Amino acid sequence: MEQKNGTLLEIHDLSVSFRMYDYDEFRHNDIRRRLKQTDLQVISDLHLIVNPGEIVAVAGSSGSGKSLLASAILGILPDNATVRGHLHYKGEEMTAARQRQLRGTEIALVPQSVAFLDPLMKVGAQVDGHRRPRQTERRKSLFQRFGLPDKTPQLYPFQLSGGMARRVLVSTALISEAQLIIADEPTPGMSLNQALEALRLFREMADEGKAVILITHDIDLAIEFADRVAVFYAGTTVETAFASDFKSGPDALRHPYSKALWNALPQNGFLPIEGFQPYAGNLPGGCLFAPRCPYKTPQCIAEIPPIREVRGGEVRCQHEMNF
Amino acid sequence: MNEALKRIVRVFFTYSVRTISLLLAVSAISFVLVNASPINPVQQYIIGFGTAVSPQQRAEIEDYWGVNEPPIERYFSWLSEVLHGNLGESALYRRPVAAVIGERFWNSLALMLCAWLLSGVIGFGLGCVMGMYQDRWADKIIKKCCYILSSVPTFWLGLVFLLVFSVWLKWFPIGFSAPIGVRGEDVTFGQRLYHLILPAFTLSLASFSNIALHTRQKLIDVFNSEYVLFARARGEGKWTILCRHGLRNILFPALTLQFASFAELFGGSVMAENVFSYPGLGSAVSAAGLNGDVPLLLGITLFSALFVSAGNMIANLLYGVINPQVRAFAEAGRNGGFV
Amino acid sequence: MKGQHRFINRRTKVVIWTVILAIVLIFVYMFGILIPDEAVAGSFLNAKLPPSWEHFFGTDALGRDLFMRTLKGLSVSMTVGIAASLIGAVIAVFVGIVAATGSQYADAFVNWIIDLVMSVPHTILIILISFAFGRGLKGLLIGIAATHWCSLARLIRGEVLQLRAEQYVAVSRKLGKSGGWVLMHHLLPHLVPQFFVGLILMFPHAILHEASISFLGFGLPPEQPAIGIILSESMRYLSTGMWWSAVLPGLVLVMIVLLVDRMGEYLRAIIDPYSAQQ
Repeated sequence: MEQKNGTLLEIHDLSVSFRMYDYDEFRHNDIRRRLKQTDLQVISDLHLIVNPGEIVAVAGSSGSGKSLLASAILGILPDNATVRGHLHYKGEEMTAARQRQLRGTEIALVPQSVAFLDPLMKVGAQVDGHRRPRQTERRKSLFQRFGLPDKTPQLYPFQLSGGMARRVLVSTALISEAQLIIADEPTPGMSLNQALEALRLFREMADEGKAVILITHDIDLAIEFADRVAVFYAGTTVETAFASDFKSGPDALRHPYSKALWNALPQNGFLPIEGFQPYAGNLPGGCLFAPRCPYKTPQCIAEIPPIREVRGGEVRCQHEMNF
Repeated sequence: MNEALKRIVRVFFTYSVRTISLLLAVSAISFVLVNASPINPVQQYIIGFGTAVSPQQRAEIEDYWGVNEPPIERYFSWLSEVLHGNLGESALYRRPVAAVIGERFWNSLALMLCAWLLSGVIGFGLGCVMGMYQDRWADKIIKKCCYILSSVPTFWLGLVFLLVFSVWLKWFPIGFSAPIGVRGEDVTFGQRLYHLILPAFTLSLASFSNIALHTRQKLIDVFNSEYVLFARARGEGKWTILCRHGLRNILFPALTLQFASFAELFGGSVMAENVFSYPGLGSAVSAAGLNGDVPLLLGITLFSALFVSAGNMIANLLYGVINPQVRAFAEAGRNGGFV
Repeated sequence: MKGQHRFINRRTKVVIWTVILAIVLIFVYMFGILIPDEAVAGSFLNAKLPPSWEHFFGTDALGRDLFMRTLKGLSVSMTVGIAASLIGAVIAVFVGIVAATGSQYADAFVNWIIDLVMSVPHTILIILISFAFGRGLKGLLIGIAATHWCSLARLIRGEVLQLRAEQYVAVSRKLGKSGGWVLMHHLLPHLVPQFFVGLILMFPHAILHEASISFLGFGLPPEQPAIGIILSESMRYLSTGMWWSAVLPGLVLVMIVLLVDRMGEYLRAIIDPYSAQQ
């Protein structure tokens, strides 16, 4: 797990769990219902490397803990969360103090929806942020470039249309000099044109040498605009492939889940995958995909496979059959 | 903003109609209640003279009270008098009820206003502290104090304060040397203020816990919101968040609650005024009740209902002002969340 | 997770505390009731004594033992409080059910009535009601009951509306059960816990109001040893240095109110563990 030079963000073996208090109401009918303390693991052994100048898509179905990844990188998980593993930004270990320095300056988040804006604060003041001096000029030029109406800064979040809200949210990230932008599901609710516009914007930023992590459940979109795609399953990245691998077809992909995902795309036959994604709290012991994997062996169930480099990508699978 | 103005006018109008219906009902119910009483107002009025009255005088007084008319007619003639501004004459103070209320209201208003502001500021401030330090020792201690204070009767708190600050420390006057309710005419402004401090402090202590606990909960809700998560993602610290987002989102609800609590405030002032024999409406109403001064009792009851309704009206209008934003917040919440 | 075994879990602890509190309250109540009149009789030899081992709370201006008088007063206050809360809770259940199951107009009317009760300061409303009954116990009881049912009624209304939306209620109706049958079999049993928790949480307010109104002179007659009356008498002697007659009885009242409040919260925690988390 040695450092690679020049990477912007490296995540090794990141695990996030939540401490929960469970009532177990249905299991114990008697008066001595136990207040059970459990640890819910939502991200396990996640591996991700982001280089300057690229868009990395983190793609997976909903409920797989993708949004928590953003919180973990920024260090804004709730108090009952425990984080293990290593985060490096520009080769430097990210401590809580470092994360505090980085957020809003070097790393910026583009949130999911207008709910992430203060409902009682005008949009202009919100985009400007709390830092002084106010970046009012920069905000004006950004709004102009996005074609936002002149009155936009005076509006409250609820008065924004879906497309306007999206552009405002993206502006909050662009107004900072952030090198790394984490966009959490930036496209739902947008028209196709708006979505393309937003993604073009990210492309532009990446071309300027910044990096974008695009968290999405839309594989097509990820393939189209990202350089690399990290396939996210049950709280971990099972494979990191080049976007072009998805275009070439299942043989270029490295993990059974990625292949299954490819087959499930509408243009590739719409084949559904059997079974369900396991939920945090009852994750299988070995490979997280093993219960649904057509190639599973006793070894898959027994232990978590290590990360391996295969054809320039990374995969967490021990099978040799395809490679 | 035109939209907001329209909304305010609409709220004002519907609420006015409701308020008028409530006030009419209050007048009817209180009239029925005092008439059901075995205490005879005419008798009380005559006793108040201290001298014998001739049968003719008595007949005049009875005529004034309309004792011989049927109750419903009596109610309507009383109501029409009230609507013309004639609340009758106080048997206790020997003056028109309207004049007694008018004079004493200013005293009560001074007391209630001080207590209201004080409890609002203390409550809001402590609520913010509790919300900021949720589940830490500061929060736990203040919360405990709030719960204890809300179980302490106002009048006992006043008694203890009198004992500590007036009898032992001699900082403030002991107000009850004169019989309850007959002071107030020959007191200077300075003295009045001097008499005001302790009751106002008592009243505010007795009523701040509600606003403090409310503010605490609202602030905790704000800190659990998605927009605060995003603010943190942008590097805002705890105190920046409080100033930029917290106050903005909790001040209006707190103010609304504070305006909606006029009934508790008035009720508390009745107790505080009696303990400190403060010459306001509260001491007058209990004196009126004890001495069978029906016109004064009815007058103050109506007036208190008017006062409470005014507070509720302001609370409703305030809510009307922020309502579009409240609605917006609800809509925003539906657009999906953080996993 | 730690490997230690906890033989008493949180819930059991709450149950135990509730029982202890209930026993303490019942003990205080019974003790107050059983105090004979001689124990609170006046004696001029013992007038105005400060607290001592002989008289825990000292004696008042008439030489009556204040500890005994306070306990006796407490049991009187508790009787009034229980009775008034019971009446209030019954009104609340009735009104709440009417609002939730009746017509739209009935609901609006109940809402209006609640607004009406809320639009007059309760102290003044109780004074008026007490006045109507010529002062004394009856007026006090009715006054307190009439002013304390509103919030519980709103709660019950909400609960019933929620229950009515449940599928088994709808199924019962489809099966042709009458409204009364549904009420008796599906609604009322669910309201029992709400009723008791509401009752117990209403109780401290009722005691506080009783004390306040008695203090003003509208409640119990002056010869009754109620807390409000003891404190009202103590006011006259405050400047003479008789601090004990004002401080100690009030302190006991506050403690009892806190105990009952706590018990209500515990009871709520037992009945509804989720809402008690707040």
